[in-house]
Amino acid sequence: MKHLFTGTALALITAAGAAQAESHMADVSACLITKTDTNPFFVKMREGAQQAAEEMGITLNAYAGNVDGDHETQVDAIETCIANGASGILITASDTSAIVSAVTQARDAGLLVIALDTPLNPIDAADATFATDNFLAGELIGQWAAAKLGEEAANAKIAMLDLGVSQPSVDVLRDQGFLTGFGIDTKDPNKWGDEDDPRIVGNDVTAGNEEGGRTAMENLLAKDPEINVVYTINEPAAAGAYEALKSFGRENDVLIVSVDGGCPGVANVADGIIGATSQQYPLEMAKLGVEAIAQYAEDGTLPENTEGKDFYDTGVKLVTDEPVDGVDSISVEEGQELCWG
Amino acid sequence: MPTDTDHYETSVRERRAEAVAEFADHKPSPLQRVQHALHVTPALVPLIVLLASIVVFGALLGSRFFSPFALTLILQQVQIVGIVAAAQSLVILTAGIDLSVGAIMVLSSVVMGQFTFRYGIPGPVAVACGLAVGTACGFLNGWLVARMKLPPFIVTLGTWQIFLATNYLYSANETIRAQDIEATAPILQFFGAKFSIGGAVFTVGVVFMITLILGLGWVLRHTAWGRHVYALGDDAEAAQLSGVDVKRTLISVYMLSGLICAFAGWALIGRIGSVSPTSGYDANIESITAVVIGGISLFGGRGSIMGSLFGALIVGVFSLGLRLLGADAQWTYFFIGVLIIAAVAVDQWIRKVSA
Repeated sequence: MKHLFTGTALALITAAGAAQAESHMADVSACLITKTDTNPFFVKMREGAQQAAEEMGITLNAYAGNVDGDHETQVDAIETCIANGASGILITASDTSAIVSAVTQARDAGLLVIALDTPLNPIDAADATFATDNFLAGELIGQWAAAKLGEEAANAKIAMLDLGVSQPSVDVLRDQGFLTGFGIDTKDPNKWGDEDDPRIVGNDVTAGNEEGGRTAMENLLAKDPEINVVYTINEPAAAGAYEALKSFGRENDVLIVSVDGGCPGVANVADGIIGATSQQYPLEMAKLGVEAIAQYAEDGTLPENTEGKDFYDTGVKLVTDEPVDGVDSISVEEGQELCWG
Repeated sequence: MPTDTDHYETSVRERRAEAVAEFADHKPSPLQRVQHALHVTPALVPLIVLLASIVVFGALLGSRFFSPFALTLILQQVQIVGIVAAAQSLVILTAGIDLSVGAIMVLSSVVMGQFTFRYGIPGPVAVACGLAVGTACGFLNGWLVARMKLPPFIVTLGTWQIFLATNYLYSANETIRAQDIEATAPILQFFGAKFSIGGAVFTVGVVFMITLILGLGWVLRHTAWGRHVYALGDDAEAAQLSGVDVKRTLISVYMLSGLICAFAGWALIGRIGSVSPTSGYDANIESITAVVIGGISLFGGRGSIMGSLFGALIVGVFSLGLRLLGADAQWTYFFIGVLIIAAVAVDQWIRKVSA
């Protein structure tokens, strides 16, 4: 990961700041508010934040909603942070629009608010956003799948296993990124399911878990048993889809691609169940976030966005053991070193 | 000119005459006969709806839907909800409700998985432990309802959170991969084993679901325990007065429900291959939906457990049928909503029949 960040002003400044800040950082505190504290993704995020906070010598308070979508607990947490006199808040919002008023309140009170992983709506409601480029994550697996099929890509039969009918932004970005990477016209890039390319057999929703992945795959296989490319929103959905393919006796001639880079998912890439997955880095997100808050407390510097994007891109890499020309990727071994959960 | 008194007497006389006539001469209208038939056989409505929806989707989709393969696929897709709905039916027959069914299911499956992989306990023993945990969860629900006299809705609203939190805390939300289970403890995936007859594909889980519901149907109809369940659901006080041990029966119902949910957890591992603490989040709502569409009265004491199987299958038929038609997934939820309201409306109408 290191080389991604060397050269960015942020990393240099924070490194320098950390060295001399040790002594007078003790009374600086930061808050981390995640959607839940059970999802391994957020567990890893908290680990990264805790680690960085210890290194910088600042206090970290972690809060989380009870379930994904628990908006009120997050608002309570923001209010607690303001009352606590924290210097900044790192938040993965459950409700990206509704949280804005609480976030504004915190910013008015002089706190630095950084959205982690999930951009707020509008994105500039937070001082900064540290996130995975989900469109790029989808694009990478789309390009990989197209290159893997070669000329056959023109006759592919694609199943799209999405997250949910409400089409949250992550869901849309990954889906549309995949189609773009594969070379399919996405029509309206702000929603999935409006494409009319005959290669798409259909979209179905999985809730991002194994059970949903299996049922959705069965539904689409019943529609067209000759599906040979499967896009999945995340790796649990991919594992479920694989079980369905196995029960249809099709597990060996279908290409499954996914996004996340969790350890069970990368292990599934190693076993050839998933062809390729785009890996994201929650630990890095949180670490950078804590460093940015420390920097802000030190001299008021605001973090900057990645060039050409309206957020700070924390990086995404394609993990596969079957690299193709023209798409950068890392091996499963490297992926396993960087995986979370 | 007739006085008021005359008028009153006439009307009384007339009414009396009518009442006598109704008993002796009037034949029930066809509608009343239907109402009566439904009252006696509550699973009839969902069965008719099920058959009708199969015919409609079969006509729209032809052999893609109307094939042994697609129809048995529906059975596979509803097996988890079907098993959980059996547990839910038992509780609802006692005029209760169990919001914790999904949480018990997932917790049991996690116990089976983690006992095998964290502690190295042999598969069959771990499965037994999982089943025991499910039964214990059910006992806690039953004890709180029967002994502490707390409303079932509140009790299971609480235990739902408790079991789910325990599940997350204990498992650290770690998924156990299908490939590891296959290598170490294939018994965990036992319910996923499949066999085919012609084009039809059955899994052990599907066979279990059908056997379970037929078995429970028989027990409820033909044993004293089963009649007691109906009796206490209809009127707990009257049941108590006629010698039913209401508390023990209630606790046994919740324990059996917990055990069935644990079996659903085992079947869940077979279905998704892996052990995943995030599955089954909606199982409570889905099971209540199946039970309600299946014509079991939420007021307790009336309905047939076969109905909940039909209810689950109706949802399955609509889901697959609409997906094959290429409809937006939202339409499935839309029609399920319509079915729920229609089912309760029919239930209210049937209740009007004089017993």
